[in-house]
Amino acid sequence: MTPDLLIRNAHALDPATGLDSPRDILIHHGRIAAIELPGILPAGPEELDATGLTLAPGFIDIHVHLREPGQTYKETIATGTRAAAAGGFTTVVAMPNTLPVNDSVASLHWMLSPARNAAVNLCAMPAATLGSLGETLSDYEALANAGAVGFTDDGKPVLDSDIMWAALVASARLGLPISQHAEDTRLTGGCSMNFGPVAFRLGLRGMTIEAESNIVERDIQLLRDIEKVEGLRPHLHVQHVSTAKALAAIRLAKQQGLHVTCEAAPHHFTLTDEALEHFDTNAKMNPPLRAESDRQAVIAAILDGTVDCIATDHAPHAAYEKEVEFERAPNGITGLETALGLALRILHRDHGLPLAKIVTLMSTNPAQLIKLHDRGNLKPGSHADLVLFAPAAAWTYSAEVSLSKSKNSPFDGAPMLGQIHTTLSEGRIVHRAS
Amino acid sequence: MNLGSLLTVNGLPIAEVAHLLALTTQIEKMHPGERAKLLQGRRIALLFYESSTRTRTSFELAAKSLGATTTLVSDKSSSIEKGESLKDTGLTLRALGAECIILRHPASGAPELLERTCNLPVLNAGDGMHQHPSQALLDLRTILTRLNLDAATAHAKSLDGVTIVITGDIRHSRVARSNAMLLPRLGARVILCGPPELLPQHAIEGLATDPAATGWIEIIRDFDLALTLAHAAPHGCVAMMLRIQRERLAGLELDLADYIAHYQLTTERLATHAPNALVMHPGPMIRGLEIAGEVADCPNSAIEQQVTHGLAIRTALLVRALGATP
Repeated sequence: MTPDLLIRNAHALDPATGLDSPRDILIHHGRIAAIELPGILPAGPEELDATGLTLAPGFIDIHVHLREPGQTYKETIATGTRAAAAGGFTTVVAMPNTLPVNDSVASLHWMLSPARNAAVNLCAMPAATLGSLGETLSDYEALANAGAVGFTDDGKPVLDSDIMWAALVASARLGLPISQHAEDTRLTGGCSMNFGPVAFRLGLRGMTIEAESNIVERDIQLLRDIEKVEGLRPHLHVQHVSTAKALAAIRLAKQQGLHVTCEAAPHHFTLTDEALEHFDTNAKMNPPLRAESDRQAVIAAILDGTVDCIATDHAPHAAYEKEVEFERAPNGITGLETALGLALRILHRDHGLPLAKIVTLMSTNPAQLIKLHDRGNLKPGSHADLVLFAPAAAWTYSAEVSLSKSKNSPFDGAPMLGQIHTTLSEGRIVHRAS
Repeated sequence: MNLGSLLTVNGLPIAEVAHLLALTTQIEKMHPGERAKLLQGRRIALLFYESSTRTRTSFELAAKSLGATTTLVSDKSSSIEKGESLKDTGLTLRALGAECIILRHPASGAPELLERTCNLPVLNAGDGMHQHPSQALLDLRTILTRLNLDAATAHAKSLDGVTIVITGDIRHSRVARSNAMLLPRLGARVILCGPPELLPQHAIEGLATDPAATGWIEIIRDFDLALTLAHAAPHGCVAMMLRIQRERLAGLELDLADYIAHYQLTTERLATHAPNALVMHPGPMIRGLEIAGEVADCPNSAIEQQVTHGLAIRTALLVRALGATP
């Protein structure tokens, strides 16, 4: 058991309790034992001076790819969670598109086993359908009992409306979300970037915004119908929303009282499809980087609360896999270590989003979304999942020193704001800036 | 970026265009024996992942006329067929002594990847639907020559008063992209013409990359009207026709009879709307589809001269790529 630790003189920021002032915090047996005004708590055997640092509940990323089992040359649970810790994340949710697909209790147990050496708290969303083939639901009840925090075929949509209906009904009975990759793949065959002038200039086939919004609108209609017909209240979570049209549909659905949540990825509020001007495969992702109007719509939706959380969609790929012709390159970028730096630079500095709202998007809300009631806050008794960061520190990201096994980031050399100082997972220091 | 490369005309300085045109003329005037010393003993690889007649042959003949040794690698008869990556193929060619690679590839952006990974001068001989920069340069030289403008120099007003109508499958055409990006920067008015399936409205936004040339590129879907407007240009007009690239239509439904009725360049259409228009086509032509056979062979046609200018322009590109001095 870790010894008691006293963090002194931090500026504590906890949107869950409204805390935004200097505090000392005592950690005992991996939990928050007390949080008091500076100087009240007695000195402990170990102390950490956090003067000048912001202390927040550790970040929670509900959308990461850890590539294990099956593609450990890209990432492992151990390396991916170390990168998470470096980014201030204390809980990550692993997506199921591993080899084999995580669609069974056995594979879920294997993934969540301590033998995987996760550096931070690891959760998983198993596949919504067997093999993520979109045909047969996986065993939701057994998977929920084994620790699933939701279900998703991420990387692929659940295209068939009847299957999606069944998935939403089954998950609603368990109180868990269906997390949907909204892409009508019938409209995106052969497409490798956003549809529009830039794709035209580059001679690449583009994904239309409707390929995303059509699925979002279809799923929202399913929620309405299920509430009416089945008397259930399913939770639809829309992953990495990238278009103004899909965000408008989500905003309206929320106003109508439907249980819809959504996430935005840092790359979608930072970059546009202009980043592909030189066919940089490190900027190739799905959904693709969109036009400036969509980027602004993502920011506006974050500011007005339509977006519930920031999720990185951390998607590591080996260098040789990305070093191919643009259309052949796999989608995805790494993102765990750049999330805070981009959120603070774009949302906080450029658009005035208060620091507490950033923490809400990266910790409070994702904890509530996957029902981690004793994480994502600084309440006594909660897990001591904590992040200390210097919010005003400007720095430059270098992919070379990333703790992820893969370095496929379009932000190599990009300016960041807000530097992680220390990350604690259940009271243990899992990352400390060198 | 390797200074000898030519990957795209997007952003290619006009001064560089001028240099290439002047170099072309200079090499053309040289005695064949002297010309053959320019790249004597130099090694050039032609890496072709797509079939080609004009481009491949003209690059190869250009290289040979300069005294270089060439080798042709195609996807059908090499380790590419066994799955070797473009990067590794490029590195292999470099290890074998290639000093410059001429690449044709079905994937847009492949030349940028090759240049980045093998760090050799790369000449883009056509990549996917993206760019065909040497074609744009040879088309420019053909236009200047046929309109009795100065083909040995180029400047921002070289094509003032000239209107060029590019008609057909612009969506899938790397030739159209390259020409539509280059020619307005020399003062030409470029009219893009074709049905929405083959010419989306946002093409203008995508292609008008140079603020100085903005306004010199537009879409007019009525081919007859486009030709009529071009005919009124004070210093000449061009009807540049494009092949329908059936292999790239990818599910697009096109009524060919309707297309022929509205967009085929026929003798009658030419005579009625723009009798003096210079007729161009990058080839391969589908006679009877985008262009009537008799138009392709008529005195207005510069199609064969385009090929000849292609050979000339490519000598200059190779000399520039390898840093030789005439």
